[in-house]
Amino acid sequence: MSAHHFSPPRLSFRFFPIWRRHMLVWRKVAATSILGHIADPMIYLLGLGYGLGSLLPEMGGTSYMVFLAAGTVCYSTMNSASFEALYSGFSRMHEQRTWEAIMNTPVTLDDIVFAEMLWAASKSLLSGVTVLAVIWLLGLSHSPLSLWLIPLALLVGLCFSALGLIMTALAPSYDFFMYYFTLVVTPMMLLSGVFFPVTQLPPLWQNVASALPLTHAVNIARPLMMGVIPPNTLLHVAVLLGYMLCGFYVSLVLFRRRLSK
Amino acid sequence: MSAVLSAHSLRKSYGDQVVVDDVSITLNKGECYGLLGPNGAGKTTTLRLMLGLIEPDGGELSLLGHAVPRHAREARLRVGVVPQVDNLDPDFTVTENLLVYGRYFGMKDNEIKARIPALLAFANLTHKRDVKIPTLSGGMKRRLTLARALVNDPDIIFLDEPTTGLDPQARHLIWQRLHELTVQGKTLLLTTHFMDEAERLCHRLAILDHGRMVAEDSPRELIAQHIEAQVVEVFGEQAEAWVHEHAAHYSDRYEVSGETAFCYVNDAQPLLKHLQAQHELRYLHRPANLEDVFLKLTGREMRE
Repeated sequence: MSAHHFSPPRLSFRFFPIWRRHMLVWRKVAATSILGHIADPMIYLLGLGYGLGSLLPEMGGTSYMVFLAAGTVCYSTMNSASFEALYSGFSRMHEQRTWEAIMNTPVTLDDIVFAEMLWAASKSLLSGVTVLAVIWLLGLSHSPLSLWLIPLALLVGLCFSALGLIMTALAPSYDFFMYYFTLVVTPMMLLSGVFFPVTQLPPLWQNVASALPLTHAVNIARPLMMGVIPPNTLLHVAVLLGYMLCGFYVSLVLFRRRLSK
Repeated sequence: MSAVLSAHSLRKSYGDQVVVDDVSITLNKGECYGLLGPNGAGKTTTLRLMLGLIEPDGGELSLLGHAVPRHAREARLRVGVVPQVDNLDPDFTVTENLLVYGRYFGMKDNEIKARIPALLAFANLTHKRDVKIPTLSGGMKRRLTLARALVNDPDIIFLDEPTTGLDPQARHLIWQRLHELTVQGKTLLLTTHFMDEAERLCHRLAILDHGRMVAEDSPRELIAQHIEAQVVEVFGEQAEAWVHEHAAHYSDRYEVSGETAFCYVNDAQPLLKHLQAQHELRYLHRPANLEDVFLKLTGREMRE
């Protein structure tokens, strides 16, 4: 690893044609893609929400269904961003050599990685908004404050796209991504207050949870869904932004090293 | 007239391994320049250095008047690249590949669309314009990659083994197109390990081995300077015995590879007369070519 791998990101508007390229590919498969975005979170929301919800009188001061709805928006956004940054990103970088083709033009690797982050976040925003739309349709939230979940989904998407790109930069093959999902994404989903309040965890695990980005996303999402302005919003947003910036920079350094061979 | 590309004392190492070692090349407008070398000689790394995709450990590099790698982005606006491995977008049609690629150069859609018919005609792909990439043959993909490299109307085109893996018909069509480009005044820099390709296309070429330039000149001059004019290849079961007794006497220089003796001579007549009497031997008499120069300079051992 040499010094120029660590230089600050040099971004330009040339990232935009790359984002348009990903969009054009996506438009060809849009129908099945949207179905995929909606099916998984809905199965969990409806299955757990109605099944488990009928056994639980209330959770966190609301019905279990409403409690779960806020968490579902966050984790489905996280999942969607992670999948895109890992599997699709790796495919474009490694399998299809799309990045290599783009780097022969005036576009640089920094632009490419930035476009990947933005694109994965765009796709996950769509995922979050789709889930949100269903939540509104089911009448689980009536507060106009729940509209704030749209920019929140974008932020959560950027955060997990950036973190996922670190894995993509390190991956020798697709198999590697299983570790990330089983050791990072799934535990995070269980620890971050998606399915039950973080306060139910033993104190040690509560501390772990407070360091996880998804916890901070849920802490903003849940009050908004219930029509309450979330306490400590700035702190939560700062944590998510921090993860995003660190994730982007670390992944960029690793991509520079990987692709300079 | 300033050079299209000038590289001076380029060096690049990976760990202890020196991959590009003191390479200096100057390209003039409208010339086709070849980089020849065995696998691992540093050809592709040299191209990547020239495009500013990797940082050199030393040396000076200027491409179309821009210092590289510092201003590589500006330089690449006027450069086309045909990579060694196909990286067309498999999800797109032929036309979409050209359109999307043009956008990376900052071209407007109507500007690109105006160029597409001519690019398709150049690549003989007009009838395939709305077809998806996986259905194209290897030759069609290469031609589309070449057309894609021309979307920004570049001044110089880098081609990394442009005809590897193609059948003879497809190779000849690519050669014809590359020749047309030089006639239009485009500068070409290509790597290859096909000697006939280099001899046919390149005005000048450099032979690279272990990252170093071991020779540089026109194909004709390289042959004239580095090797005897004629080659007689002697083969057959008795060839080995014959070599021991006669090869040194009848040839200026000889090499044995497998069951074949390569006898290099300036005057072939005495050797041919002798061989006509040796009925158990077969032989082939031909003028020396670039491959002979290449093998003399880089040796006959396999490179992996």
